[in-house]
Amino acid sequence: MERKDDFQERRKHLANLSDEQLYQRFWDLLDQVVDPLAELAKTHTSPAIERSVLLRMGFSSLEAKGIVEKCQQFGLLGKGAGNVVLKASAISGRPYREAGLQLAEGRLWSQVEAEFAGGAK
Amino acid sequence: MDVNKKLNIPELLKDLEHYRPRRKGWTWRKPLPRDAQLGPFKYKQISESLKNYVPLPAAKYFGGIDPQPECIITTEIASGRFEDDIRRMRMAAWHGADHIMVIRTAGQSHYDGLIEGSPEGIGGVPITRKQLRASRKALDIIEDEVGRPINFHSYVSGVAGPDIAVLFAEEGVNGAHQDPQYNVLYRNVNMIRSFVDAAEAKKLMASVDMLQIDGAHNANATAREAWKVMPELMVQHGINCAFSLKAGMKKDLISLSTVPPTATPAPELFLDLPYAVALRDLFQGFKMRAQMNSKYMEADPREATVNHTMNLLISRLTSVDIQSTITPDEGRNVPWHYNNIAATNTAKQMLIGLDGITDLVELKKDGPLRETVRELKERAILFLEEIIEVGGYFKAVEAGFFVDSAQYPARNYDGIVRHADGGVGPDSVFARDKDYFAPVCHMYGDNHLPAGAKKACDLIGGCTLCHPEKIIYIDELDEEDNAAKRMETMAEHRAKGLLRPEVEWYADGVISMQLFYPTSVRVAEYAALALAEKMGIKEAEVINRLPMHPAEGTFLELKGKIDIDIDPNKLDIPEEVPLLSEEEIRADVKNKPMTIVGATVGQDEHSVGMREIIDIKHGGIEGFGITCHYLGTSVPLEKVVDAAIETAADAILISTIITHAEIHRINMRKLHDLCKEKGIRDKVILVAGGTQVTNDIAVEEGMDAGFGRGTHGHAVASFLVEKRRKL
Repeated sequence: MERKDDFQERRKHLANLSDEQLYQRFWDLLDQVVDPLAELAKTHTSPAIERSVLLRMGFSSLEAKGIVEKCQQFGLLGKGAGNVVLKASAISGRPYREAGLQLAEGRLWSQVEAEFAGGAK
Repeated sequence: MDVNKKLNIPELLKDLEHYRPRRKGWTWRKPLPRDAQLGPFKYKQISESLKNYVPLPAAKYFGGIDPQPECIITTEIASGRFEDDIRRMRMAAWHGADHIMVIRTAGQSHYDGLIEGSPEGIGGVPITRKQLRASRKALDIIEDEVGRPINFHSYVSGVAGPDIAVLFAEEGVNGAHQDPQYNVLYRNVNMIRSFVDAAEAKKLMASVDMLQIDGAHNANATAREAWKVMPELMVQHGINCAFSLKAGMKKDLISLSTVPPTATPAPELFLDLPYAVALRDLFQGFKMRAQMNSKYMEADPREATVNHTMNLLISRLTSVDIQSTITPDEGRNVPWHYNNIAATNTAKQMLIGLDGITDLVELKKDGPLRETVRELKERAILFLEEIIEVGGYFKAVEAGFFVDSAQYPARNYDGIVRHADGGVGPDSVFARDKDYFAPVCHMYGDNHLPAGAKKACDLIGGCTLCHPEKIIYIDELDEEDNAAKRMETMAEHRAKGLLRPEVEWYADGVISMQLFYPTSVRVAEYAALALAEKMGIKEAEVINRLPMHPAEGTFLELKGKIDIDIDPNKLDIPEEVPLLSEEEIRADVKNKPMTIVGATVGQDEHSVGMREIIDIKHGGIEGFGITCHYLGTSVPLEKVVDAAIETAADAILISTIITHAEIHRINMRKLHDLCKEKGIRDKVILVAGGTQVTNDIAVEEGMDAGFGRGTHGHAVASFLVEKRRKL
């Protein structure tokens, strides 16, 4: 079933708006559409975002991928991969890059997990 | 960089580990004031000229000027091998492109992470740190050569958007496409993931003043009837613009990718112009990236060029900040070297040709233009209202709102449907915990820094965006699939400096030819393929077929490969004679009048060549003030010499086309002998011309000079003046 072009019917409430009011309405509506999307992005993260954090910390793309996959496995992505790496660094007493590489190899995870277990959700 | 030297690609690939971009961010052209003078003209809409350039061919009539429009001109270069693309970038820059866009290899959007090294791409280039550094390093050299900054551009999309955005921010990429809707609709990346990732990617792009181009134009490339999606296009532009502002981008670095949606034989301007006006009304303060239409492109480059010219008319009648170009061959193959140049020149030629047009004509303030503008805006607003009514963007996508082939609010219910829990990377978005923390700069989302921390990256002694030395550079991951290996296969060829035709890759051997057969399309096509086989052309393929008439004839273009190498060192290339300037010739002749006698000699009725050389309207020597006595065709040599004596001519010009039994040589020799006999040889300059004449042949036969095919009056006049000075 197709929907017929009922533009004339639908536009009635716009017919008397000035061009300026039309402009305002266009951008107001857009704000209403994108505000929840922007809020969603503020309060969420993803493997790609966390890889981008690790890249910025000076890990290579391959290293970043390894660490993030492990974070996801241990359910710690919501803490932030960079945060996890720093925690591993504090626990192991090693520089953060070294600690990160250990995480990528699957080490230090039980301590890190234990350390975060008490953390806020 | 010596303009006569080729870029040294192996050298460019060296030491990339330590390469750093010399600037970040987008650069606009520097507009000149209105009525800026260039050569003989005043211009309204030009920018600073280039230091080195190739002007349009007609520039030679205007002092060789190459006025540059005030807007950026884009060309897309991505053959799959960036080491070959770099050479094309240099050529494009000389013609006026200052925005080089690299399309990504097929499948990179679904690659979960960064690609490293320099593998070969398909339909684009794998974007990697190495490829970016090598290309940027080359562009540094190229922009110094042309004297204008060049913006380098690629794509931030797919499931690794934030990774790529970091890479681009680190490596100084100047512009990028970023639009989560593109991911959702055309790459089927999960929509929640797309928007969450996009905010971070945009924030990173904004951190280095990267220019963003959206992806809305894809709706018009995808929709069955593109002219009906205009309201939706405005909605898509709007969503990405509004979302980008929220992510921290500046309005003047957010660019709408707009394409005039239709093409002739549709009444193009009537449909496309109101849309262009409506967009510019609604998106004041944003930048307009005007792209050419590629949806209706087929194999004929002429048709494509005319459509692109129409698109450029719209750019000039409205406004344009970035004029993008589509190569005229894109409808039939991955663009060839010289078609990037063709497209760049189409844009430059048209933008300069229309310089100041809005000083002369004005878009009407009433009538169908304004009525349609208003209607389009209202339809777009109604579209947004219904998105909100159904519960927001994700619900609207699930309901197939986008790329429906009907003009909104009509619906054919054939739009693209995606589901919030579907696509690539579903359920891959995680809520940030209350103790979420990222110790780096430019994080869009909530970042709960530990108490006392001022700047996030202080906790790690600085992130790569503050301390680029922390970036880990990976050179290659694949020992076989890389640029060095590819170049090795032709290393000897390169070292010897051999020449083989190419259109895309070094010595790919591709040639094309145009031909006409007086028969139907299908017969002509098979005849052309048979001909190619006889000519030794391999992998022949007909790439364009245009019926001239069902029975009388077909125009064809054919491509194929040849592996014949030419060694330029073994070529016998006659030395090029530099010409006197037109002004100098005119001054000389004015000072000391010159007379010539001209004729086609012997039993030869060809008159075109001589007339071309003499006639003022063909740029002939008359135009330089030389008095010409043209005696006609089939003139006996004796008569020519007598006329020369009678008019006290400075020179005799003979044309001799027929070469049967060496008659052209015989006539030259006879003219020389006759002049000697009459005692005028040392006073008169003898010149022979004709399609088979060369300077060497003519001089051998006693002439002072010979001119062959393609000679213009300027060359002959220059020779006459110089020779007379020596007499």
